[in-house]
Amino acid sequence: MTTAEKYVTAAYCVVFAIVLVYVVLIAVKLGRLDREVSELERRAETARESEEREPAAVG
Amino acid sequence: MRAPGATIGNVGLLRRIPLGALALASLVLVTTALIFAFYVAPNDANQGFSQRIFYFHVSIAFTAYVCFACGAWKALRHLWKRDPRADLESYVCVHQGIIFGAMVLITGSIWAKMSWGRWWVWSEDELVLFLVLYLFYCAYFMLRFSVDPGPQRANLSAVYALFGVVLVPVSFMAIRLAKELYHPRVFTLKGPNFGGWILVTYLVAQAAILVLAYTLYRIEIAGKRLDLRLRELREVLA
Repeated sequence: MTTAEKYVTAAYCVVFAIVLVYVVLIAVKLGRLDREVSELERRAETARESEEREPAAVG
Repeated sequence: MRAPGATIGNVGLLRRIPLGALALASLVLVTTALIFAFYVAPNDANQGFSQRIFYFHVSIAFTAYVCFACGAWKALRHLWKRDPRADLESYVCVHQGIIFGAMVLITGSIWAKMSWGRWWVWSEDELVLFLVLYLFYCAYFMLRFSVDPGPQRANLSAVYALFGVVLVPVSFMAIRLAKELYHPRVFTLKGPNFGGWILVTYLVAQAAILVLAYTLYRIEIAGKRLDLRLRELREVLA
């Protein structure tokens, strides 16, 4: 491999690495959002169950 | 002559393209661009193999300029029409511009080391002006995150993004006005400085990088909007 080929390959690898890091960071963030949605669903479910269990007021 | 509404309608059409299709198009175009850059395009008569950096370096530089220009356009929409989505879109455009700007600086430095024997040349106006443009937009984030979320932050960010776009033509013209002319001039008033397979490869690479940038923009904006909606929902449930 000539010096020019090494430099050109390095340049393209840098571009690939930056895009990859960006995609990984976005994926991590989407994973966190997914966990938050699950937590909110769980909280909504708990709230609904407690509402159903409350005795109805009579009279 | 087309009405301005037609252009805005076309932007709306872009938004309707499914993210999966965009991601697939990015993958196909980037792969094709790489094949063209390494196996189809001939060696440049002057620079030899090292010229192959140019296919992505110039495409990424142009994309960074487009991102900053889009950021300014969205900022203008925020200030002018009070479009509720515009502030977040402007922020994401500038963020994309910073990512692509970093790639321009790194790939440019690698090319400089190969061609000039130095990673950076401070006497070259075009390099320094691009660095100034890049640092200016880096400061955008310092400004944005030093103010609490709300209308004031959106307004300040929008004004800053609008001012920054003035540097884009200055940076672009600096390459053409540079006295030393060390930095190759790809486009002149007579058109591109190349033809044949080199031009075809450049056009494929340019399309690939633009589609990739738009795909990343859509992914990031979807994540940011979901984050905002979740925050509002959490406040309601609290």
